Amino acid sequence: MRSTSSTIRTRRTVKAAATLAAGALALSLTACGGDGKSNGTDGGTGTKESDSSLALPKLNGTTLEVAAVWTGTEQANFKKVLAEFEKRTGAKITFVPAQDPIINFLGSKIAGGSPPDVAMLPQPGAVKQAADKGWAKPLGAEALAQLAKNYSQGWQDIGKVGGKQYGVYYKAANKSLIWYNAKVLANAGASEPKTWKDLLATAQTVSDSGVTPFSVGGADGWTLTDWFENVYLSQAGPEKYDQLAQHKIKWTDPSVKEALTTLAQVWGKKDWIAGGASGALQTEFPASVTQTFTGGDQPKAAMVYEGDFVQVNIADTKAKVGTDAKVFPFPAVGGTAPVVSGGDAAVVLKDSKGAQALATFLASPDAAQIQAKLGGYLSPNKNVDVSVYPNDVQRTIAKALVAAGDDFRFDMSDQAPQAFGGTPGKGEWKDLQDFLKNPSDVAGIQAKLESDAAAAYGN
Amino acid sequence: MATPKAVGAPGAPAPPRSRRSVTGTRRTVAALFLLPALVLLGALVVYPIGYSVVRSFYDRSGGGFAGVDNYKALFTDDGIRTALKNNVIWVVFAPTVATALGLIFAVLTERVRWGTAFKLVVFMPMAISMLAAGIIFRLVYDQDPDKGVANAVWVGVHDTFAQASAFPKAHPGRDSPLEADGGGFITKEPVRAGVPVSLPLVGVAPDQMPGSAGKAVKARPEQGAVTGTTWQDFTRGKGVGTLGVPDPTELGYAGMRIEAVKDGKVVASAKAADDGTFTLPAAADGARLRLPAANFKEAYNGLDWLGPSLVTPSIIGSYIWMWAGFAMVLIAAGLAGVPRELLEAARVDGATEWQVFRRVTVPLLAPVLAVVAVTLMINVLKVFDLVFIIAPGSSQDDANVLALELYRKGFSEDQPGIASAIAVFLLLLVIPVMWFNVRRLRREVRR
Repeated sequence: MRSTSSTIRTRRTVKAAATLAAGALALSLTACGGDGKSNGTDGGTGTKESDSSLALPKLNGTTLEVAAVWTGTEQANFKKVLAEFEKRTGAKITFVPAQDPIINFLGSKIAGGSPPDVAMLPQPGAVKQAADKGWAKPLGAEALAQLAKNYSQGWQDIGKVGGKQYGVYYKAANKSLIWYNAKVLANAGASEPKTWKDLLATAQTVSDSGVTPFSVGGADGWTLTDWFENVYLSQAGPEKYDQLAQHKIKWTDPSVKEALTTLAQVWGKKDWIAGGASGALQTEFPASVTQTFTGGDQPKAAMVYEGDFVQVNIADTKAKVGTDAKVFPFPAVGGTAPVVSGGDAAVVLKDSKGAQALATFLASPDAAQIQAKLGGYLSPNKNVDVSVYPNDVQRTIAKALVAAGDDFRFDMSDQAPQAFGGTPGKGEWKDLQDFLKNPSDVAGIQAKLESDAAAAYGN
Repeated sequence: MATPKAVGAPGAPAPPRSRRSVTGTRRTVAALFLLPALVLLGALVVYPIGYSVVRSFYDRSGGGFAGVDNYKALFTDDGIRTALKNNVIWVVFAPTVATALGLIFAVLTERVRWGTAFKLVVFMPMAISMLAAGIIFRLVYDQDPDKGVANAVWVGVHDTFAQASAFPKAHPGRDSPLEADGGGFITKEPVRAGVPVSLPLVGVAPDQMPGSAGKAVKARPEQGAVTGTTWQDFTRGKGVGTLGVPDPTELGYAGMRIEAVKDGKVVASAKAADDGTFTLPAAADGARLRLPAANFKEAYNGLDWLGPSLVTPSIIGSYIWMWAGFAMVLIAAGLAGVPRELLEAARVDGATEWQVFRRVTVPLLAPVLAVVAVTLMINVLKVFDLVFIIAPGSSQDDANVLALELYRKGFSEDQPGIASAIAVFLLLLVIPVMWFNVRRLRREVRR
């Protein structure tokens, strides 16, 4: 009963669970498809990559601890990456399972005097917190070299605090995707939209065919903030996005008004949201996905917006990713299509040769490719060979992410203080839920957002 | 506890030195025996309480003294005020209803043959953890009548009295001759006899059409009558096809009601045939045709159990489901101790059963009822898990209670100062109830 027990589950956990399932799915897909190139990963994981230029020190006798919140398949896959590191250096690595929010978990570990050597932090805010508190240690020269070689400037910059590089973004999420029930769109004779206008037209056609166009998991506020972020990033542009994320411009700004008004073109139509607004507000994210891909010709909705981790929940249905469930990038509202992302950064907590070597390794394509092959994983590393991803959907998503270069933006609510961007029933989550309930009151919601933001940012 | 004075019996001229050593030993022994309990109590109860009190006067980071700011926030923050209001609702309703139900169950099961079995069933929910009960009731209250049993019953009852219509989602497509009119649709132009009318709509999926619906055909013109077709102007996989004209596979809206309206008055009405055609008498000439709202009534979707207005009562309902059994068992135990003679005497004196219950049983049970109610009150003040699990994120704010707000402030908003203040406040709320319970207990012992 994931959906019911997780009222307060953060998106981190959902993602973790999602990727877990996606991994399994991806593997089974490969098995079915018989794609020779990406097949046969199980036997010789990562043995061929040893000829790369990556130089790692000999660390015989060193023991390292790595903390992350990953569970299940995702954890198992990550451990394979760690095993490769052990093989190359002779170090011994222990995986420490952590709990959400990991920053609190680390706090207690550090207070207890035994922090892990490296931790995977899911938000830029957490990296900043760790650096500000002096927990995180700056990266060494080798790791910096790998970063410079493999990562676009944007991905390097979000790992920086006060000009110093602390984080290596090992894992990424692409949150600018709309998943759709292929059969419903075919029945309606609609096509994948490229722009917001097309999206509205597609939705209208789907609605005319007798299926509700959108499924919104409004019981979880973060799906709504992600909707908003995509519209805002595409419409107002990256500069404004950054300013709003840092609360340098107010939520009463005209650009916010425009984005909310645009959003209301979808949210404001009662027949366009499965269950209407009140139904959507009681639909949790997993249910919003499953109801889109169950019910044959008559699912509760035709399209559902969210990131790559939607695959996991699709795996709970009979639909197959790539045939029954397809995906298109979030359409361009303004000039260019948005790429909103998330990710996990490796941060060194104990400055040692071993920890630095591990950070270096995680910044290299060698590490990323091992996990990419296993599925359920996206790397922001631009030197990862796209062909190693196990299926086409995954490849499309990865390509879109890397192609965005520096134009991607990190999830805005993840950058905001938790009281504003990360608490169920509070702040931005709650305000956008109110907006979904009453999409005509743009000014009222803006005022509410601004007062909540001001309280949370403390300015 | 024996005090040193009591040990030294009056008039016993024992040497003081040895006496002192004896009492000294006794004290040491007493201290030794008390030590583990004191250490545990101190470390696990007194220290945390003390530290919470101290922490509640410090700011967010714990570095600066904040005075009573945190307590001020307690009464100005909207979230906390809602929580406070809900806590009052909880404390007033949950214990009273649970105790009342427990009393009714206890008294009734006394007289039923299978009383024990019934008690067992009512008590059963107590064996379930709050978390599991929360998950169960999250499903019970699910909005979707196919999942949530509460709505399934509600919708079932509703639908036996009011039927849903066949075309709930139908709406005019583009360039439609129809416009919205009070939940239904009406033609923009008046119709003429002898000129076939088209009333195309979209938005009804093929498998949701009435079973009798046949292929839509264009109506033939008829002298002295208004004819026309109403149909689903959408071909699967092709979209609208020819706009405003029935395409080969498009279906007629069998059973759609059509009204001819002149100056706001219905002058004629008809029902569409299986192929979507209809015929209205000559009186409809010059009228506008309306598809009344009754055609498009949405299927009833039940109550919004977990919406902002009903969420707290709903959760209290689940709490009562759990705790009525507890109340029943305690009250039944109290009932067993009530002297039968009193009840019988009342009956012999001609009291009705209701009078016996009201004038004899309840007064005799009053102390037990008080214990149950007070215990439940303490329990309700700290309610957290049910609210946390049952309320969906969108209405968690409306279902908020102090314990949940404490958790949110402390662990997800990183406001330990305010969280501590809430904790201290909760403690203050519990103290009078505790005091009442302890005093009552002491009186009981004295008796």
